[in-house]
Amino acid sequence: MQQSESQSTGAVGARSEQEPSNGEIVRFDQVVKRYGSNVVLNELDFSVAPGERVTLIGPSGSGKTTILRLLMTLESIDGGVIWVNGEPLSHMRRGGKLVKANETHLRRARKSIGMVFQQFNLFPNMSVRKNVTEGPVHSLGVAKDEANQRAEDLLDLVGLSDKIDAHPTQLSGGQQQRVAIARALAMRPQILLLDEVTSALDPELVAGVLDVLRNIAQTTDITMLCVTHEMSFARDVSHRVLMFDEGQVAEEGPPERIFGDPQEERTKSFLKAVLENG
Amino acid sequence: MNWDTEFAISIIPQLLQGLVVTIQATVIGYVVALILGLAVAILRRVDYIGPVVFVVFEFIRTTPVLVQLLFVFALAPPTVAPLTIGISVLGVHYAAYTAEVYRSGIEGVAKGQWEACRALSLPPLRVWGAVVMPQAIRKVIPPLGNYLISMFKDTPYLFAITVPEMMFMAKAIGTEAFRSMEAYTLAGLFFLAVSVPSAVIIRRLERRYAAV
Repeated sequence: MQQSESQSTGAVGARSEQEPSNGEIVRFDQVVKRYGSNVVLNELDFSVAPGERVTLIGPSGSGKTTILRLLMTLESIDGGVIWVNGEPLSHMRRGGKLVKANETHLRRARKSIGMVFQQFNLFPNMSVRKNVTEGPVHSLGVAKDEANQRAEDLLDLVGLSDKIDAHPTQLSGGQQQRVAIARALAMRPQILLLDEVTSALDPELVAGVLDVLRNIAQTTDITMLCVTHEMSFARDVSHRVLMFDEGQVAEEGPPERIFGDPQEERTKSFLKAVLENG
Repeated sequence: MNWDTEFAISIIPQLLQGLVVTIQATVIGYVVALILGLAVAILRRVDYIGPVVFVVFEFIRTTPVLVQLLFVFALAPPTVAPLTIGISVLGVHYAAYTAEVYRSGIEGVAKGQWEACRALSLPPLRVWGAVVMPQAIRKVIPPLGNYLISMFKDTPYLFAITVPEMMFMAKAIGTEAFRSMEAYTLAGLFFLAVSVPSAVIIRRLERRYAAV
């Protein structure tokens, strides 16, 4: 269903109209997200540098997945502004003011962002090849031959060259998720969002998917925002870990510090709970 | 009343003529219902237009097709052929039903599919044409098939607006020859001869698509 990003022209606060500096690829500026009376993000401020790998951790309901969904424009925000590459994502400029983005603006603005979902969300009616070429061909206008070449290269990268003509239903969960990673990368996004990408997988399939992501993290300079419960993966790939609680950043820092020497009581108890269960 | 086989045989060509009209009305009307129903199902999701479309087609769905036939027949200019009116009314009436079937099919497509489309910024035509409808259609083929049979069985209503379909012919034969039994019996058998094989085919489709 098309989300109803209405065109209601609510002007936003003066503070939000300052454009972010060049050192930021993503900036959340006083972002508010509510579901009914439940405030998920409470005037959240944070930014991500180009090429940075950020892991978002926190208890369920802390708003970390919501951040990814807002960046992918799967949901609309209730306050503040989200900036990507110095341009407003949640809003658009009209007559020197920022107004709520319409569907056309969103379709253009989110092309620099790719997302991999917990449930893969491959198109079951298309072959693996079509899944990977669909976006480049029909959204970016890439020529079919080139899109095919991209698909072959990426499927090689994720180790599934031999499955290019298979259908998603013929693949294991881990294989489907690797195709989904290839599909997201085929769009050549600057920012890759990973939403609990191993949570739906059987334990023995997790490592394969994480290896692929480690490889991508090492060989590209793509910016990654990652929600995960895989703490060792987070430690390996991320530059910075953000601990969320109740719609705010409770604590942030390099992974060694957050995992090795957390300061906040909430971080300590969360990490303890995760380690005991994982 | 006794059965006259010779007379029964003699009226078969006339009844078959009627059967051709019946099938014609069913097939064309069904195509109208399939296409219009799809348009209705999609339009219902559009802001502002959606609620209007909903009310109009709920009205059509909840009033008898016979009333609609007589109403449109009375209003239409005399230059419009009764068969055209009959096909249009049947098609629009059944579109109200097929729209419901499509709607359930569309709603059955997982939310994640829409989200993946958004993540790839696919244009709406691709979202509907390449992702949503191909998945929705598979689920709705069996119920759509059942409406084909329902519609076929509703064609005798066209009799009310002077369309020379099979029941109209049977009635005409009865009036002319003062014998009704042969014509009505044969008409019934002809209906059966078409709908039973259709039902079997639809069962098969149902099994084939239910497996996925």
